[in-house]
Parts: sequence; structure tokens; C-alpha cells
Amino acid sequence: MSATIFYARSAMGSKARGAALVAKDGFSARYDLDRVRGIFSRPEHRLAGESYVGRVLVLDAAKGGVATAWMLYDMKARGVVPAALVLNAVNPIMVQGAALAGFTMISGFDVDITQTIPNGAMVEVDPTAQPPFIRLL
Amino acid sequence: MMKLTAEEQAMRAGECGPAAQWAIEHQIKVGEYLGAHDFVPVTQAHVMADTESLGAAGVEWLERLAAQPAERRRLRVPTITDPRGTDFAAAHRLKQQPWMLELERRAIAAFETLGVLMTNTCINYQTIMAPVFGEHVAYGDTGVVIYCNSVCGARSNFEGGPSALSAGITGRTPRYGYHLPERRRAALVVDINHTPRGLDEWGALGAIVGRLAGDYWQVPALTGIDRIPTSDEMKHFGAALASYGSVALFHMVGITPEAQREGDVGAGSDALPRHRIGKAEIESFRTSYMSAIDAVDLVVFSAPQLSLMEMQELARMLDGRRARIPLLAVTSPQVKPDADRLGLTARIETAGGMVLSGMCFYQSYAREMAEANGWQRLATNSAKLVNIIGGYGYKPALLSMEACIEAACSGGRIAR
Repeated sequence: MSATIFYARSAMGSKARGAALVAKDGFSARYDLDRVRGIFSRPEHRLAGESYVGRVLVLDAAKGGVATAWMLYDMKARGVVPAALVLNAVNPIMVQGAALAGFTMISGFDVDITQTIPNGAMVEVDPTAQPPFIRLL
Repeated sequence: MMKLTAEEQAMRAGECGPAAQWAIEHQIKVGEYLGAHDFVPVTQAHVMADTESLGAAGVEWLERLAAQPAERRRLRVPTITDPRGTDFAAAHRLKQQPWMLELERRAIAAFETLGVLMTNTCINYQTIMAPVFGEHVAYGDTGVVIYCNSVCGARSNFEGGPSALSAGITGRTPRYGYHLPERRRAALVVDINHTPRGLDEWGALGAIVGRLAGDYWQVPALTGIDRIPTSDEMKHFGAALASYGSVALFHMVGITPEAQREGDVGAGSDALPRHRIGKAEIESFRTSYMSAIDAVDLVVFSAPQLSLMEMQELARMLDGRRARIPLLAVTSPQVKPDADRLGLTARIETAGGMVLSGMCFYQSYAREMAEANGWQRLATNSAKLVNIIGGYGYKPALLSMEACIEAACSGGRIAR
């Protein structure tokens, strides 16, 4: 039987649930998103055209510039925001943005998390658990 | 758990006011996530906070911080700003909307109340005060961080606006990442057998290396660069490397200060992945951004802002020419007065260009400007801009400065 729970090394925020939106691709709010419409807008991104609102984003690595540190806060204030962010690798900007916004994020796994969570699967993310985890529901 | 000094504990307890309390709590959250054991004092902070990123919520957050009594929100180290979301003198020509300008004015008022120096530049290492070797700083803007880490030998992580402002308030930052000597060692080696010519090629090389590196924690060491690059070449290389790879530090063996020899940064190790990049890879990268379009609606020189030397080169190439589509040249508020005084602005504008100051194209409501002006296809010599602007709905082409000008003067047609 394959595993249904995956433990992360780092986490912040509160528990979240939602349908997973998964891709072996990076994440930057500035580079990749149309934050007004709530969709991935960069043509080269594997999730181009997909809505991220209310989804648990499962992606490879934080990318791009520093703007995400502010953007997550504004996205959350407007309610056009993912439910949580699950990454193989973070950069400081993603951590800073999640800290300001009170956003749920976990990162760092023993597996490639983008290859283990099926796209569209219902998942729960618990950054408050020790160790923090994402699990299939 | 981070170890705190008595002063840091006092900040956390609120004894230094609510701004310092919020700032150090924010920094502790970030530091603990990223494995910091303590703080390191910094000498400068550089805050990225254009209103396209801040949004209304971010501006309101800044206003609440600024509303604290002055003695309860003082900055401990000089704190400067990245570009704004507009050049007020040209906003009407860019067809920016009044609500954008109003949001900018509110953000500026809040920053000024906090005592932030509104330098509005992403080339502070060329214009304000470059850090010295070993100096710990808290810089925003990825291009600023990678240049200062790599070329100057300073110590900084990417500090987004909230964290850079926190560093300005507390005078310190969590000691993780590139504040630690062991994090600054090479993680991959890239052998270069074609030293780029032109800023667009330097940007293309940065982009390719960035894709190879892949994430923030990878430090590439380059070998084979056969001459000392100029500051502008390093600027475009680093900006693209940071943009495509989220990379914050590179070494060029024999050139940058921490890597006089391969062994200085561990780049001689056989255990490291090794890659090779030549002219073919650079040309392939450039053409990948040209195959979809054969004409453009505008030409943009920006990202990073232009140095005085780039302004001079642009003016020289435009002398006697006439741009038939919009041609925007974006520089810093420090360079602009010199460009005015030396006649460069007049030469660029006589040829039909528009010189903008204190903003950056992609940070200035690029999507809304595209819709208002009917812009879709864009030519630039900035690989960084090419990487970013697709997400705002543009189709970009990466060309040399000369080819960009040719396109502008031939009504947008790209010469093949």
C-alpha cells in the first residue's frame, strides 16, 4: 500500500484542506500569477490557465523575485489566495511572505512531493503537527 | 529556537515600541523556519515596495505602522527603497490610472513618515552606496542582492519588503543563508567557452545558468570568462541569474572577490556537477524568445534601471534616428539629473524615446499599461524583463540594444 502521509521539515501557519493543484514547476506570485483573476498566467508555467483559489498548491521550488513577500498578504486580504503552499524547496521570500500573511506553508520532504500527491486529490496540510505533514484524504 | 540578546529580548517584549516588537517577531518566525540560531547586525536595508506588489492591503499595513508615535517606530539603520510603481511626471503618458498614483502617494507618505530614504532605485550599488567586502546588509530586489553578494562580497539574503523594513527597524537580520560562510561555497561549476558580448548576451548567460542552478540555495561558480566584465555586464548577468534561478550568489573564478582560485569556493571538487555553456546555448536561448513574433509594439530598456553609461550608449545609438513606436528608457532618480545635465535625456527624447525615472517597467502595473496602450509584443535587451513580463500578458523578444533601436525605428519590425 502506498503512503498517504508525507512529513515536512519546516512549516508555518494553520491547518488547511483543499484539492491539490500539482506541478513539477516553480512558484512566484509576481512571475506566474494573474492575481486579479486568481489564475496562473505565465504561458510557460505547467499550470497556465488554472485557478489557484482555494487549492493546495504542490510545487517544486520557490522562484523569482522579492515581490511575493508582499503579494501573499494582499492576495489573502482579497480572498483570492491558495489554501496552502507545499514546496520541495523554499526561498526566504516565500517564508517572509507567508510569515507576514499568516499563510499556511510546509516544505522539505524526503520524496519529491510533486511526484507523490496526485493532481486534484483532496489533501490536508497540518503545519502545527510535530512533524508537520500533508496527507491524502 | 533563536538565541536573543538582551536588546532583542527587550524588542520582543515591546519595550522598544510596537514597530520593533512586530519586526523582531516577524524576523524570528522567518529565522526559525530557515534554521537561524541568532541575529547578525546590518548596516543598511533596501525595501522593495511598489504598490503593484503591496496592493491596497499592503499600503494600509504600512500606514498603520507609520501611525505609531515617532519615538515608537524609529529606524536603526539607513533604509532605502527599490523603484516605485510610477514616474509621476510621465504617468499620464503611460496611461496609468489615478487610483494607481493615489496608492503610490499613500505608500510614499507612509515610508517618509517612517524615515525611509526614497531612493527608488534597483541600482543602489552603482548610485547610492555600494557595500564593502564582508558587510552584512538586508537588501531587497534580487538583482541588488546578487550583485552585492557576488561582485562586492557583501552578505545578504533576499529580503522581501516586510523583512527589509523589519531589518531597518531592528538593525539586524536572522543569520541564515548567505550570512554564513559555509553557505557561500560553490554547488555547481559552469565552464564558459564564449564570453558574452552585449548586455543581452550577459543576461542570456545568466538565465541559462539560473535554470541550471534551479533554486535559491545553489551557488554557481563560473570558469572561463576571459576578461573582467563591466559593472553593467555583471548587473545584467546577475539580474537574469537571480530571476531565472532565484539565485542570490555566484562566483566567477579569478574575477569575483571570494573566488580568486577555484579552490577558494570549493569549485575544484570533482563531486560538484559540472556544465558547459558556449555560444550555441546563448544563441538558442535568445531565439527561443523570438520565434513567436516578428514585430513588436514597444521597446523597453529597464530591469535593472539604466546606468549613466547605458544612457550614454542609448543616446549615441539614437542620434539622428527616430523611434516610430514607444521606446521607454527607465533609469534611477540619481542618474536622471546627470542624464539631463549632460544632454543625454534630450538626445533620447529628440529621437522619440521617453526617459522615465524612479520606476521599473514590470513593477509599474504592466498589465494595466498593456491594456490601456494596446501593448502586447515587447522588445528589450533585459533577459530579466523577458522572464517576468510574460506573466503580465506580453510576448517578449530579447534583442541587443542596437537591434531594439532598429526595431523601434522601423515601426516595430524585427530584423532577421
